[in-house]
Amino acid sequence: MSGNVDALFFYLVGVTIFFSVLISGMVIFFAIKYKRRTPFEIPRPIAGSLKLETMWTVVPFVIAMSMFVWGADVYFKQYRMPRDAMEVYVVGKQWMWKLQHATGQREINQLHIPVGRKVELIMTTEDVIHSFFIPEFRVKADVVPGKYTRLWFEATKSGTYHLFCAEYCGTNHSGMIGSIVVMEPADFDNWLSGGAGQQSPVAAGQNLFQNTLGCASCHGDNGQGGRGPALTNLLGSSVPIQGDGTVVADENYMRESILNPTAKLVAGYQPIMPTFQGQVSEEQLIQLIAYIKSLSPQRTSGITTTARPANTQANNNAPATQSSPAANSQNANTTTRHGGRSRQ
Amino acid sequence: MEETLATPSETPRVNYLNARYGLKSWLLTKDHKRIALLYLGGVSLFFLLGGIYAMLIRIELLTPKGDLFQSQTYNKVFTQHGIIMVFFFLIPAIPAVLGNFLVPIMIGAKDLAFPRINLLSWYIYMLGGILTIWALLSGGVDTGWTFYVPYSTNFSNTYVVLAGLGVFVSGFSSILTGLNFIVTIHTMRAPGMTWFRLPLFIWSHYATSLIMILGTPVIAITVLLVALERIAHIGIFDPRLGGDPVLFQHMFWFYSHPAVYIMILPSMGVISELIANFSRKNIFGYSFVAFSSIAIAVFGFLVWGHHMFVSSQSIYAGMIFSFLSFAVAIPSAVKVFNWSATLFRGSVSYDTPMLYGLGLIGLFLIGGMTGLFLAAIGLDVHVTDTYFVVAHFHYVMVGGTLMGYLGGLHYWWPKISGRMYPESWGRFAALIIFVGFNLTFFPQFVVGYMGMPRRYHAYPDIPIWQVLNVMSTAGATILGFGMLIPMVYLIWSMRYGRAASANPWALPGLEWRTSSPPPTENFTVTPVVTWEAYEFAPPEELKVIGKLEPRDRADYPPDYPAYTES
Repeated sequence: MSGNVDALFFYLVGVTIFFSVLISGMVIFFAIKYKRRTPFEIPRPIAGSLKLETMWTVVPFVIAMSMFVWGADVYFKQYRMPRDAMEVYVVGKQWMWKLQHATGQREINQLHIPVGRKVELIMTTEDVIHSFFIPEFRVKADVVPGKYTRLWFEATKSGTYHLFCAEYCGTNHSGMIGSIVVMEPADFDNWLSGGAGQQSPVAAGQNLFQNTLGCASCHGDNGQGGRGPALTNLLGSSVPIQGDGTVVADENYMRESILNPTAKLVAGYQPIMPTFQGQVSEEQLIQLIAYIKSLSPQRTSGITTTARPANTQANNNAPATQSSPAANSQNANTTTRHGGRSRQ
Repeated sequence: MEETLATPSETPRVNYLNARYGLKSWLLTKDHKRIALLYLGGVSLFFLLGGIYAMLIRIELLTPKGDLFQSQTYNKVFTQHGIIMVFFFLIPAIPAVLGNFLVPIMIGAKDLAFPRINLLSWYIYMLGGILTIWALLSGGVDTGWTFYVPYSTNFSNTYVVLAGLGVFVSGFSSILTGLNFIVTIHTMRAPGMTWFRLPLFIWSHYATSLIMILGTPVIAITVLLVALERIAHIGIFDPRLGGDPVLFQHMFWFYSHPAVYIMILPSMGVISELIANFSRKNIFGYSFVAFSSIAIAVFGFLVWGHHMFVSSQSIYAGMIFSFLSFAVAIPSAVKVFNWSATLFRGSVSYDTPMLYGLGLIGLFLIGGMTGLFLAAIGLDVHVTDTYFVVAHFHYVMVGGTLMGYLGGLHYWWPKISGRMYPESWGRFAALIIFVGFNLTFFPQFVVGYMGMPRRYHAYPDIPIWQVLNVMSTAGATILGFGMLIPMVYLIWSMRYGRAASANPWALPGLEWRTSSPPPTENFTVTPVVTWEAYEFAPPEELKVIGKLEPRDRADYPPDYPAYTES
């Protein structure tokens, strides 16, 4: 929540001002009061004071711990993925953001979302590390090749907000920017319907699964299993793997099993699956995984380690900048749908 | 008046500067003082180069549009600013120049334990520097000084390997310098110079040396792996080959966070000297200040993950790193409190070195406190990779290290050169630098919290962002001019400055008990230490110091007593 982050920020600003004034005041006061009067005066030595040393070790430690606990609390609350969020898939590449809604609409460098709805981003990159950063929402998460990271937020006020790439990614890093368009729910629905006819990631994944890639020949037409393990109700379940132990099946495990099938082989199955490394694009991978996830209607994601979420509200008294759409025009080179209207 | 304690009657005319002449006598010297001057030349050159890059960055950011450079040129400029300033100025500046000159003298030794290795370390440093400059001249490098993979390994088409090789090579000079200091401090202290009589400058260099020896090999390995990955695709960082790009960040910061302490600890040592000596008092809580250096060196190795809170590292790892980062702040706070308390009932002078010392307390305070913002994990998510971080580490590195370096350079300049620098110019420059520095970096905290990401060639056309960036550029211009002033008058003073006495500040430390500049062997007679660190009050021999003419004796009325006790 930008409110939470800002409160923590102002607490730290307060403490900083207090100690800066205290210590600079002390230094300046002493420097004036005990200014050298005669060239060779030798003041009486003072060895130190255990009492004072203890005090200025313990007091800063206690204050620091209060910051730690508060900071960790803000982070921890932000980090749990909500169960009822609207999922959006994000693929970063030099130097653009490609986004796709669960309903199929694609956007580039722009994300339309409704007010008051939790949005969860599932993100990866085709090339180098990027970082998805929305200053107004106080959220940021690196987008790392070879895995999925997540971020969530909930906008509470309609408007257009900056989207930046925050991790240096090469030549046009500073051009990898865009906007988050927060709309009233009705406007958003209107905008969504403007993109009807797009194949949803699940449908595209199903097509890949059953036809293009031929996954179905081993995993069954509807993932019910065969020579390969069943994929129904896989998401979030504990899978026994060959050798020892289990692994929680999250998106990262699915990804690894597609690209490097023998890395964590399901117990009881032969290592006969070929690698799909180089044969599927990041977007196709996401579609495949979206389809496999759709086979687990009851379950929620088991990802526990890579989240950097926050729900947030864009409030006006926050010191962050709120851009006008015009400020973004140079970068929002591809607005893919026209149904959207943003209201400030 | 060239009196020394050890040989009060002797006035040596031969010193380390005029003992021998000729280029060969410098390039093949084994004298730690001459090697320190070789380093002074080297780091000054690199500082000038890094400073020019800094100005180019600031000029580009005057306007939101990227109108001065092309994007890739800008990326090369900030990369090279970072590489040069971090690896070739900040890391070697205080240890290799001031430490090299003073560690032996302050403990009463004739030289470092391994004089040849000391010379070798300078050559290695210069070789690393030349390789890096070669990379710049060939076309430069654009990965950022952090060399993050997979950009550096698979995507950048600039001279990554060559620049990396420069960093790799120069690391060995750090290792050798650290080794030399540790052995010297253990084995070559003068009779009576017990561990707890060591000046705090020595303690902080001891702690720094530990980090240099333990940390530097890791960056060497990391850079080597980047080169191997880039050339041979060995697959340690590339996910398509089973590697992990985040592993690079762990390895990189495992060195590069402690490296921050390589930069700041020696400066803390300088400041401890300045605060104690220029208030003519022993340092408040000597052992707390001494052991806080060791604590920082140890804890500093356990906090690297705070650079990676949004990197996809585990949430629980993040929390542990957050906790440890708050813990490492405590020894730094202890130092600041002890420095402030040292002034209490002291005799505070306003000489140039002390102005840097007092200014540094203020800047380091801001730098340190804003570090807490970044350690607070929920807040770091927002400010990491923005100008807030840029402002924070410049407050620590420029406000801390550079100010300490300048303060120390002025403080020991009479000893190093045998000449006094012009005091009023010194104070003027210190003031200009302080103002320029704050004007440059304070606005960056604000624009950073507003969300301006770092390493942006162009930024959105938001009026307040531009205002803050213009302030920052104006400050950098002032800072740049401020930096030129000492460069000019220090060089001027080498020839035209007033000759310095052995002890122009009337201080008890060993370095002030030999002539200025010292003879090649530092002391004509091995000193025997019978006093505690910063002991101004009289054992009898200290009165000898009191009889020395202070530099500005003429400024005082003639009836002022030469020596008083209060």
